[in-house]
Order: sequence, then structure tokens, then C-alpha cells
Amino acid sequence: MPTTITPEAVERTVYEALPQFGVEETDITRESTFEELDVDSLDLAELSQIIEDEYGVALKGDDVGRIKTVGDAIDLVVSRGA
Amino acid sequence: MARPENATALVTGASKGIGSAIARALAQDGWAVAVNYRKDADGAQRTVEAIEAAGGRAAALAGDVANGAPDELFERAEAELGPVLALVNNAGVRADGLAIQLEDDDWDRVIDTNLTAAFRMTRRAVRPMIRARFGRIVNVASVVGPRANAGQANYAAAKAGLIGMTKTVAAEVARRGVTVNAVAPGFIDTDMTKDLPESAIEAVPARRAGTPEEVGAAVRFLASDAAGYVTGTTLFVDGGMSA
Repeated sequence: MPTTITPEAVERTVYEALPQFGVEETDITRESTFEELDVDSLDLAELSQIIEDEYGVALKGDDVGRIKTVGDAIDLVVSRGA
Repeated sequence: MARPENATALVTGASKGIGSAIARALAQDGWAVAVNYRKDADGAQRTVEAIEAAGGRAAALAGDVANGAPDELFERAEAELGPVLALVNNAGVRADGLAIQLEDDDWDRVIDTNLTAAFRMTRRAVRPMIRARFGRIVNVASVVGPRANAGQANYAAAKAGLIGMTKTVAAEVARRGVTVNAVAPGFIDTDMTKDLPESAIEAVPARRAGTPEEVGAAVRFLASDAAGYVTGTTLFVDGGMSA
């Protein structure tokens, strides 16, 4: 049963996932770019999977190419779930 | 990293020949094995029984990898045996003929089963392996591919393609403890080679055909914990033919 999509829930999922890819929790803000955080395409592919498993929202390859910041990722998931 | 509990290996085209030997070798190494087959239910069942008689766990799963969603095969393997953390893309067909005489259908069929299906199965397999931080993909290629063999342009293209795919996918996922390798059998004593002339063996330094078990042993190694630093490579099992 997918979790209900709210900006707070999605933000929590993303903030909890990023340290699994070696990101320091204290470095994460909505404005942080994935490049600054050293999060690459493999990490983003895994993040997409975590989001799909949790919320039932599928992020495609094109989507992943467009998101640059943590905020972009959160907003994209929230908009897909609306 | 060591293989997790209950880890299952899914071997495609495992009802006979090389596939069946691979399934048995993996089971001997402690993997639960999903024995996929297309038509030969009896062969698949014999493979399962051989594994169970030796104290292992196995299940026969019908499905044509060229004509069906990988999702269903993986879901059934996971439900019946455990998380699929090894995939052996072994299912393969031949449709020989000189390039000037090969029909579109002969080309398509061989590419679809030997290459495209392997890609789709790999794509599906890698997702949970990445999350588990452990995985083993072994693609059964062939000496034909890197090497010419008149009458097999389609087979060679598919097998060479499989080797290329192996290298790239290996590079993509290596960081997550997932290895992707190929084995390249030479002349192995199976149904697929029974109509080859004796003279073919002259090209083999070892002067004999290999056995399916010898290919199985190579796959067993590549799927093992000990092979965690081996990735993106092709292990030739060909009696020296490619040396």
C-alpha cells in the first residue's frame, strides 16, 4: 500500500535516502545540487526506486536527467502524485 | 560482501545442456535455483530433482524470455525460493545460414532470445541487487562473437553484443557490489553441437569438446563470494581455441 504523498513525507524519504549514498546529512538542503552532494546517476536511479517502492510514483530516465537539486526531486514526486 | 541468506539464482534455458549444468553447479554452491525453461518441462523437472536429490532447493519456472515480461519470472522465483541475487542469461537459440541467405525472421529470433531478452532480464535483475548491495549477473556468450564462424552472423552478432553489454552494465553497477561477467564456451558436448563435423575439434588445442559441467564450474566461480572483484570480463571455456 503506497504511502500518501505529501511534501513533508517525500522530503523525509529523500533526506533519509541520501546518506545511503554517502551524503553527509548536515549538507542536505532543498537548494543543494546533486552535483555538490556527489550524487550521480546510479544514486539517482536508486533514489527513483526507493521513491517508486514507497509512493508508487515511477520516475523515468528523462525525469532523472532534469532534476538538479534536492528540491527539484521533492517537487517532481509531489507533482506526479497530485 | 557475502551472499545473503536464501539467495536465489535464476538460470534461463536450464532444462538441459549447459543451462542445466549451470543450475546444478550453483545449487552445489548453496544457491537456491530457479530453473527456467521454455518448452522442455521434463528436462527442467529432471534438473530440479537432481538438485533436490543432492540436498539443494530448486523450482522449475516456465517462461519464454523472448516473449514474456521478466517481472513475472522474477516474482515467481522470489515467492517460491527467495530474493534473486544471481541471474544467468543462458537461454539461446541458433538459426544458421550464410548472411546472404538469412531471413529476417532468422535474424530477429536469434537477436531477440540471445541478446534482447538478456538485456531485459538484466534490467529487471539489477534493481533489487543494487538495493541489496550484492548481485551476480553471468551472461553465457560464446567463442563465436569475438571470433568469426561462417553461417552464424546472427548468433555472432548476438553473442558479441552480449559481451559489449556485459562490460557496460558491469561499469554502471560495480560500486554497489554487483558483478556482471560473461562466460564464452567453445565446443561443448550438447544438443546444440551434435551435428558439427569431427573436423571442428581440430581447431581446439585440447583436441576434445568441453563438457557442460566445465562451463558450470566457471559460472559457479563467477557467482561466488570469492569473485567479488571480477567484473566486466569474459571467461573463455574453450580448450584454448581463442588463445
